Amino acid sequence: MADLSSAAETQASRRRWLLLAPALFILVFAAAGPLLITLVYSFLTPGDYGGVEWQASWQAWFNVFMERDIFDDTLGWSDAHLSIFWRSVKLSLMTTVLCLFFGFPTAYFIATRPKKQRDLWMLLIIIPFWTNLLIRTFAVVELIRAEGTVNTLLIWLGIIDSPIHMLFTEFSILLGMVYVYLPLMVLPLYASMERLDFSLVEAGYDLYATRLKVLRRVILPLVKPGVIAGSILVFVPSLGAYVTPRVMGGGNQLMIGNLIELQFGQGRNWPLGAALSITLLAIVMVALMAYVRAAGNQEPHRV
Amino acid sequence: MATAISVRNLRKVYPGQPPVVALADASIDIKDNEFFTLLGPSGCGKTTLLRMIAGFEHPTAGSLTMHGENLLDLPPYKRPVNTVFQSYALFPHLTVAQNIGFGLEMLGKPKAEIRQTVDEMMALVKMTEMADRQTGQISGGQQQRVALARALAPKPRVLLLDEPLSALDFKLRKDMQLELKRLQKETGITFVFVTHDQEEALTMSDRIAVMSAGEIRQIGNPRQIYDQPAERFVADFIGDTNFLPAEVIDTKGQTVTIRLSSGKEIAARAAEGGSHKGKVTLAVRPEHANIGPEADGLLGGTLGEVVYFGTDTHYHVALEDGTGFVVRQQNRPDAAAQFSTGDRVGVHFAPGIGQVLKD
Amino acid sequence: MSKAFNISRQNGFTTIAITCFVLLYLPIVLLVVYSFNSGPSVAIWEGFSWRWYQSAWENDQVQEATVRSLVIALWASAISTTCAVLAALATTRTRKFKGQGAVFAMINQPLMVPEIVTAVALLIFFAMIKVSTGYTGLAYLIVAHSAFCIPFAYLPIRARLQGMDLSLEQAAADLYATPFKVFRRVTLPQLWPGILAGAMLAFVISLDDVVITEFVKSAGQDTLPTYMLGQLRRVVTPEVNAISTVLFGISVTFVIAFTVLGKIKN
Repeated sequence: MADLSSAAETQASRRRWLLLAPALFILVFAAAGPLLITLVYSFLTPGDYGGVEWQASWQAWFNVFMERDIFDDTLGWSDAHLSIFWRSVKLSLMTTVLCLFFGFPTAYFIATRPKKQRDLWMLLIIIPFWTNLLIRTFAVVELIRAEGTVNTLLIWLGIIDSPIHMLFTEFSILLGMVYVYLPLMVLPLYASMERLDFSLVEAGYDLYATRLKVLRRVILPLVKPGVIAGSILVFVPSLGAYVTPRVMGGGNQLMIGNLIELQFGQGRNWPLGAALSITLLAIVMVALMAYVRAAGNQEPHRV
Repeated sequence: MATAISVRNLRKVYPGQPPVVALADASIDIKDNEFFTLLGPSGCGKTTLLRMIAGFEHPTAGSLTMHGENLLDLPPYKRPVNTVFQSYALFPHLTVAQNIGFGLEMLGKPKAEIRQTVDEMMALVKMTEMADRQTGQISGGQQQRVALARALAPKPRVLLLDEPLSALDFKLRKDMQLELKRLQKETGITFVFVTHDQEEALTMSDRIAVMSAGEIRQIGNPRQIYDQPAERFVADFIGDTNFLPAEVIDTKGQTVTIRLSSGKEIAARAAEGGSHKGKVTLAVRPEHANIGPEADGLLGGTLGEVVYFGTDTHYHVALEDGTGFVVRQQNRPDAAAQFSTGDRVGVHFAPGIGQVLKD
Repeated sequence: MSKAFNISRQNGFTTIAITCFVLLYLPIVLLVVYSFNSGPSVAIWEGFSWRWYQSAWENDQVQEATVRSLVIALWASAISTTCAVLAALATTRTRKFKGQGAVFAMINQPLMVPEIVTAVALLIFFAMIKVSTGYTGLAYLIVAHSAFCIPFAYLPIRARLQGMDLSLEQAAADLYATPFKVFRRVTLPQLWPGILAGAMLAFVISLDDVVITEFVKSAGQDTLPTYMLGQLRRVVTPEVNAISTVLFGISVTFVIAFTVLGKIKN
C-alpha cells in the first residue's frame, strides 16, 4: 500500500518553500548574491576611474599583503597594509578585553539585583544598544575633542594650560569602540548569569572557597558560554568597524574597514577593495566558527 | 447499534533510525452513542490514534471511515468530529462565549443561532455567569468545562477527548467523570476518550480498548477487561493480579482444567484466541482468593507481611514453589485476625474464577 | 553584631558596574544638555534655548534627509516584516527539514557578515545595475535596508511563534476553520505583538544605518545619519546635538515600547 502520509509531506514542503521565497529572494538579491560578485571582482583588473576591467588577475589578492617596490621592483611585505591589519586586530582585542573587564562586573551586578529591578537595569544597557552608533560615537567625540567638555573643564580648573590632544589617536578609537560595543558584551553575559543557580555559589562557600575562589572556580566556569558569546559579539564588529575609526581616528589611524573604503574612493582600486573585503569576511568567519565550536563544547556541561 | 467510526489496519510509522512504529495495524469499530475509551500507558499509541481520527496526524497505511464515509481525504476542518484537548487549547484572545461560538461561526451559522447554541452550551456546562470572562481569568476546572462546551457546540457526531481530566486535582476529576458521563448520555454523542488512568476508564466507559506499544491488546466492556483479561499485559496494567504457573490437562470449550504447582486440579476460564495447551499462566485477582488453614488450600505457603488497609487487609503469602501471592480480604467487625506473619497457610479460590492467559 | 554574609557579593564589582553606567550615560546626557545651549559651544553653557532645534528644523538638507530616512525606514520595515512573518511561519514548529541549516544561515547572514563588507558588495552590485538600467532612485536603499532588517524582524516573530501553543491552531481547525481562517482568527491575533516588535526593530535598525547607506546611496540621497556623518568633518555646532537628541528620543521610545510588547503574554 502506498504511503498515505508522503503526499501530505510533499504538500507541506511546497508550502514551506513558497513562504520562504520572498525573504530568500531579497536576501539573495541584496546580501548573499552581491558577496559572490565581490569575490569575482577581487580577481579582476582595476579600471582607470574606479570600476573594473573584465580581465582576470591575481594582482588584487597579491596586493592584500605584498607590494612591489616602485623603484627597484623588488617584492616585499606591504608595510602599510600590515600595520593596518595589525592595528585592527590589536585594537579589537583590546576592545574585547576592556569590554569584558567592565562588562562582567556590570552584568553580575544586574544579575544579583532583586528580580523586579533587573529589567530596569537591563533597559539602561539596551537603550544605548539601540541608539544610533554614530550618535554615541559623536557623544564621545564631544567629550574629548580639543574644545570638548573634558579639556574645557580641566583648563577651567587650572590643571592644564592647553588642551590635551586625545582625538584622532589610537586611544580615542579604543575609547570609542569600548563605549559603543560594551552593551554587546553585557547582553549575553547577563543572559548566562541570570540563569546561574546561586545555590551552587552557596555550595562553594560551604566547601571553604573564598570569594575569589568562588568567582574563579564556580561562577566563571558556569557563565563561560556567556563570556565567549560576549567576546565574539564585541570582537567581530570591532574588527569590521568603519564609523568609529573614521570619526575618532580622523583619517590617519585607519582600520581595515577604512582601508576597504579607501579603495572605492581615492584609491580607485575596486578589485583590491573586494579582496580586502573577502579577507575581512574570512577572518570573521574563522572567529565565528571558533565560537560555534567553543559553544558546542560547552553543551554537554549545561544542565 | 450502527458503527460510527471504523478503523481498519491503521498504521503510523515515524521515519528515523530506527523508524518508530506509533501504531501497528489497529482495527476498531466504535458504535453510535458509545462511550469508548482508549486506555494504555504513555507512548502506547492511543493519542496518535485519536489525532488521526481528528485529522492532525496522517496514517502511513490503513483506512478510517465514519458512517461509511472516508475520513482520510478530509482535512481536520471538514471532519464532523470535535476534540477536547489535553491542554484545553482555549483561545486566549477570545472570551468564554466567543470560544464556545468559534466552531459555529466558522461553519457560517447565523448569528442568532450561534447565540442560542452558545447559551445552551454554557447552561449545559454551568458556565453562564462566566460568558464574558477572558479564558485566563477562570479556574482549571472551568476551563475544562469551556473546552467541553466549545467542542460540543457544533453538535459533532463524535467527540474526541484527549486525557481531558489529567490536569485536574483528584476531587474535581471525580466530579468531572460523572459530569462527562451525564453529558454523553444527554447528548447521545459518541465519545472517544483517551486516558492512562485505569480507574477512570473502568468507571466511565461502555467499552475499552487496552493498548500497548502501538497495538490493541484487548477490546471489551469494563467487566470483561477486568475479570477476563486476555493476556498478561492487560491483567497487569488493570488492577492487581497474581500470576500462577499451571498446566492444562483438559479443555472443554472456554473452560479448561488445569493442574497447579501443588499438584491440585481446578477448573478455570480460558481467554479467547489462545491455544491453551501445556504450560500456561493463570491470573487470579487478590480479592477473588481466600486464605485459610494449610490443609484446606489449593496452594500452601508461609504468610509474610499482613498489611491493614482499613476496608480490607492484604496477606502476602510466599508459596511453596517460590512465587508470591497476595490475598485481599474485606475486614468485617466480627472476624478476628486469624493469621499472623510466619504462619503456615493455604490459599484457595473457587473453580472457574481464575483466567488462563493467552500468552 | 556581626554583618550577614552576602553570598552574591564580589569585591569591587558594584563599583565597576556603577562607573560603567555613569560612563555609559555621561556622554549622552551631555549631548542632550548641550543641544539646548544658546551658545555655539558644546562645552561652555550659555543658557537655555531652542535655537539649535529651530535651525535644524529650518535646514532644508536636514528636512529632506529626515523625510528620506523615514520613507526608507517605513518601506524597509514593511517589506522585511512581511518577509519575516512568512519565513517564521515556514521555519518554526516544524520538524527538521532539508535545507534548514542553509535557510537559517541565509536569514542570519546580515548579522554575521561585517557591515562594511556588505556595503562594498552592494556598492559593486548596484553600480552594475545602475549602469545597465540608468535607474538611480531610492529603491536600491530600500532593498538594501529590507535585506539587513529581515533577521531583526524575524527574531521576535519567531520567538513569539515558538512560544505559541500548537494545539490552539489544531483546535481551530477541529472547529471547522479553514487554514486561512486559522491564520487570521487564531495565529495572527496572537502573533501581533511579535510582528509589531519585529517591525519596530526593523524600523529603528533602518533609521540608524550609516555604513550601508553611505555606500549604496546615489548623489543627493543623504539620510539623516549619513548627513550627520558628513557634518562631523566640518565645524560641529549644537545643531548636530539637536538632531542626535531627537533620534535618541525615538530610540528610547521604541525600546520601551518593544520591551512592553515583549511582556505581553502568549
